[in-house]
Amino acid sequence: MIGIGSLGFLAPWLLLGLLALPVLWWLLRAVPPAPLRRQFPAVTLLLGLEDRETTPDRTPWWLLLLRMGAVAAAILAFAQPVLNPSDRIAGRAPLLIVLDGSWASAQSWTARQDKLDEILQFATQDGRSVAVINASDRPRGENPLSFDSADSWRGRIKGEQPRAWEPDYSVWMEAIAAADPFETLWLSDGLEREGRAELFDVLSGKGTVTVVQSDREVLALRGINIEGSALGTTALRLGTGDGNREPRTVSLLAEGPDPAGITRSLAQGEGAFGAGQSETTASVDLPSELRNRVRRVALEGVRSAGAVVLTDDSIQRRKVALIGGGTEQEGAVLVSPLHFLRKALVPTADVIEAGLADSLQATPDVLILADVAELGAAETQEVLDWVEEGGLLVRFAGPRLAASGIGQSEEHPLLPVRLRAGGRTVGGAMSWGAPKALEEFAEGSPFFGLEIPDDVLVESQVMAQPDPNLAERVLASLQDGTPLVTAKDQGEGRVILFHVTANAEWSSLPLSGLFVQLLERLAISARTTDLNSTALEGTVWVPEQVLDGFGVLRDAPALAGVEGAQLATREFSAEMPPGVYKSADQRVALNVLAPDRQLEPARWPAGTPFLSMTRTEERPLQALLLMAALILLCIDILATLIVGGRLRLRGATAAAMLLAVWPQADALAQNAAQDDAALLMAANNTVLAYVETGDTRLDDISRAGLLGLSTELFRRTSVEPVEPVGVNLETDELALYPFLYWPVTDTVRMPSEAAFEKVNAFLRGGGLILFDTRDSNIGRGISGGTPNGKMLQNLARNLDIPALEPVPEDHVLTRAFYLLQDFPGRYGDANVWVEAAPPDAEQVEGMPFRNLNDGVTPVVIGGNDWASAWAVTETGRFAYPVGRGVAGERQREIAIRFGVNLIMHVLTGNYKSDQVHVPALLDRLGQ
Amino acid sequence: MTPAEHTTPEQLRHDAEEAATGFPALMAAADQLAATISLGAHGRRRSGPGDEFWQYRIAGAGDSLRDIDWRRSARADADFVRQMEWQNLQAVHLWIDRSAAMGYRGQDSLPTKGERARILGLATAILLAKGGESVGLMEDPNPPKHGRGQITKMAMRLAATGGKTEYGVPPGKDMGRGNRALLISDFLGDWDHVLAALSRAADQRVQGCLVQVLDPSEESFPFDGRTIFQSMGESISFETRRARALRDDYLARLAERKDQLDSLARRTGWMYLCHHTDQPAQAALMWIYNAIAGPSR
Repeated sequence: MIGIGSLGFLAPWLLLGLLALPVLWWLLRAVPPAPLRRQFPAVTLLLGLEDRETTPDRTPWWLLLLRMGAVAAAILAFAQPVLNPSDRIAGRAPLLIVLDGSWASAQSWTARQDKLDEILQFATQDGRSVAVINASDRPRGENPLSFDSADSWRGRIKGEQPRAWEPDYSVWMEAIAAADPFETLWLSDGLEREGRAELFDVLSGKGTVTVVQSDREVLALRGINIEGSALGTTALRLGTGDGNREPRTVSLLAEGPDPAGITRSLAQGEGAFGAGQSETTASVDLPSELRNRVRRVALEGVRSAGAVVLTDDSIQRRKVALIGGGTEQEGAVLVSPLHFLRKALVPTADVIEAGLADSLQATPDVLILADVAELGAAETQEVLDWVEEGGLLVRFAGPRLAASGIGQSEEHPLLPVRLRAGGRTVGGAMSWGAPKALEEFAEGSPFFGLEIPDDVLVESQVMAQPDPNLAERVLASLQDGTPLVTAKDQGEGRVILFHVTANAEWSSLPLSGLFVQLLERLAISARTTDLNSTALEGTVWVPEQVLDGFGVLRDAPALAGVEGAQLATREFSAEMPPGVYKSADQRVALNVLAPDRQLEPARWPAGTPFLSMTRTEERPLQALLLMAALILLCIDILATLIVGGRLRLRGATAAAMLLAVWPQADALAQNAAQDDAALLMAANNTVLAYVETGDTRLDDISRAGLLGLSTELFRRTSVEPVEPVGVNLETDELALYPFLYWPVTDTVRMPSEAAFEKVNAFLRGGGLILFDTRDSNIGRGISGGTPNGKMLQNLARNLDIPALEPVPEDHVLTRAFYLLQDFPGRYGDANVWVEAAPPDAEQVEGMPFRNLNDGVTPVVIGGNDWASAWAVTETGRFAYPVGRGVAGERQREIAIRFGVNLIMHVLTGNYKSDQVHVPALLDRLGQ
Repeated sequence: MTPAEHTTPEQLRHDAEEAATGFPALMAAADQLAATISLGAHGRRRSGPGDEFWQYRIAGAGDSLRDIDWRRSARADADFVRQMEWQNLQAVHLWIDRSAAMGYRGQDSLPTKGERARILGLATAILLAKGGESVGLMEDPNPPKHGRGQITKMAMRLAATGGKTEYGVPPGKDMGRGNRALLISDFLGDWDHVLAALSRAADQRVQGCLVQVLDPSEESFPFDGRTIFQSMGESISFETRRARALRDDYLARLAERKDQLDSLARRTGWMYLCHHTDQPAQAALMWIYNAIAGPSR
């Protein structure tokens, strides 16, 4: 392929044909246009005349140029020019395509897919065998590098998705090293990571390695913590292309469920990278109620798992109310029952210290009563109610509790177990025995797996009565088996009792780290420690929600639970994707980026060939040029005819040619003009309109009917309508017509959604539609199951039609112009339906009419075939017979009166229902 | 096309039918055209044979007894002879060029020159026949006759396909002194022939009119480019490299030809009309009728 700039030729040797152009020029020049033979009787008069001008002996230069252009275009076309030919890797050797299908690729995944497709397309053209591996996966099967035809890979690769983790190159080394030589194309995500250089060495040992790397900036978020009232995170970036780092701002979105449970963006924050800066902090400020709902913080506009951090219990700050027994003594801080609790909870929870009543007002999650013995009856009830609604009540024992005798004779609702009077003291100066250490936590206890420091010793405690249900309520016990922590479920909530004090008076527990861990496990305080294998030892974590490569949080598929130790390794794989894992009451978020992760641009050995990531849109120009050649030749034909005098371009011919070329444009212009005229006509006059059904006969009847009605209106009233028009619901504007006659027939298609919308707008805008099923001779009006009736029901389903009722005797339609009680058309006896009167319409005493609906009924529905009764022929005679004899004439007259009333009702609305007219109407009614 | 050429009855019948196809159309067209002109009787303003009463004259010697109008004579002492107005019947000879050159038309929307010539000729004949004149074609060796039958015969002859000659020349025929002639042609043939024919007619003391029927394209010469012009029978051809350049010369020659015709007509007491096929035929017919049937000058 030879290229000139962005233009390339696939068959460049054909361009040699251009050399033949001058020869062609000379040849064409030498051949004049053939003479035209023309019969002409007056040739006798011409005989003997001399030619004074002999110019067009040779082809005119512009015609020559035209022909040259056509030939040149054809030659160029056959040389298969291509605009923007893409750079491609040539060769016939097997090709291994290595994808870093990591989260960092997700941001430019579409471009990568396109590029990959393009590469495979070229490989197909070159007939290469190809193997594609996603380095983020683990090698599968015996032969992970399966070389196959590029075409088959094209189909397979379509559904490939980026992973939410990063490749581990070491696992691929062996498989790659074992394969036969091949060339490699590495679609890199641009991040430096361990093993990349080694893998590169292995690959380059097999053949050339070409690297494709995106120029797009890679953005990521690392970790999340609480800073004051804000959620803070660290944003990282890998500069564009050549490591260039422009200043830019990123915006953070905090997402979580709203009160309705629908995930939405709860708050937005900002972070700014300075020039050259690759790391910055960003935070989202939001109140703690909202903060606890945040599930996911993401960089706005970045589709990548790396740009998402998930939240877990570590940001769930629970509201803890601390109530201490007795009064705190100034100076005796360390012996205060609340001191250690405060120290343990303040960093990770919102601590409320107020009176019990005030604390409960603040709806805390946890209520801690440290050595509080008896509450008042009302307070007990309040606390009990709160617990039963889901509160967690944690109580610590102490001298006061022990002394109060509470819960000794019977189980107190706010204590998990019955207590024995007194309690015990071990290892003190006045007692035998040594202080007791804690027993290993039993499996099933929330504390299972926690390591117990040796120096935690209990000297005093309150004792539980050995009730039958004691065993199941014990969460932790001492080595001699006496319960240390007991719990019971109370309603929705839970009551937990530590049988020791919250200060160091009875045990050294509050002094140890175990105290904090216990609180943590009870989900009182948030976990502050990072994931480490010791803390997670012995736990099994079940993925609750996992991230895909694009950073979308999905419910975990049926993934098996993960050992805590494995969780701590943070070695992600398909079995353990990043996400939120759950164990017992604890949720832990495994984010994509490790807490110490830095983003470094990938370093490639010097001399590595690169391909651009942007898929160059190849545009083959052959068809275009061939078209150009064809058009030029067509012009040449015309020009030759003109030059040869065979074609005289006159106005008519030119116009005809133009018409042939742009018939649509002309037709459109014409339509537009007609439309405008029709719209003006409708806007300047009163025009009755009917809906065109497409059934010519029916439309003729409608038209004739409305023409007859218009004539009668003109004759009898001051309404002077012009010729009625048919409207096409799909295309015509309805707003200009006050009244539509809609004959319903089952033979027509249902109008489109857009048409229904238009009709609804028409109805809402005060228009009136007269639906006529024209079949009341066979069925009893619209309620009957006639085909037209069913069609009407189908139509009405899509329309804004209010509740209907048969025209009541005092409807304004009965007196809008004539006083009527029947509304016959060609058929006489079916009910006519209008909008139902409001239920509260009542007849005022002494008035003949109720003050009915304020507006105009939007629809009048019937089946009396009014149009046929109104229809007149061109000559003004009635087109269709109505009834027989005098009775028939009377029926037609009433039908026309109905039409007049209807149009009056349309045009004057409820004017005639105004009570002002009552005296006149009464007079006319002869009352 | 003589009957001798028809060897078989089938061919005869075929030719006859072919000849007759144009006839009703021609008759209809000519009738229609003729109907646009309403005739008046054209008396000679002197007594003579005729149907209309002219005068009563006192019978003199030589008057036949049966010429005496007894009713008039009874009212007076003298005998009266009833004289009728002399209604002189003229014979009009028509020549309508049906040569190949007349088959030309410049645009499809126009009739050929021949069609127009035939319609004009036949319509004139119809009018004349209605007026009682006898008409006849110059090709017809028989003397002119009057009546509808003669018209029908003429129409049949005219509807038949024209001759194969390139340009028509009026046939020499003894037309009879004092009669009228109507020659319709494009007069584009050899001028000498035209001159000879007209001279012969003038020698016979026949008066009449020349109607030159031309196509508009012959008048405007709207051609351009390298062109070979051919006569209708393709026996004469002329090549030009640039037709447009010849236009002025051509127009000059055409004008000269018209001028010659006009001056020839003037010299011999004839009348000359140049008619174009894009003009209405009615005007030409009016002119022809007035020229021929009008009072002799």
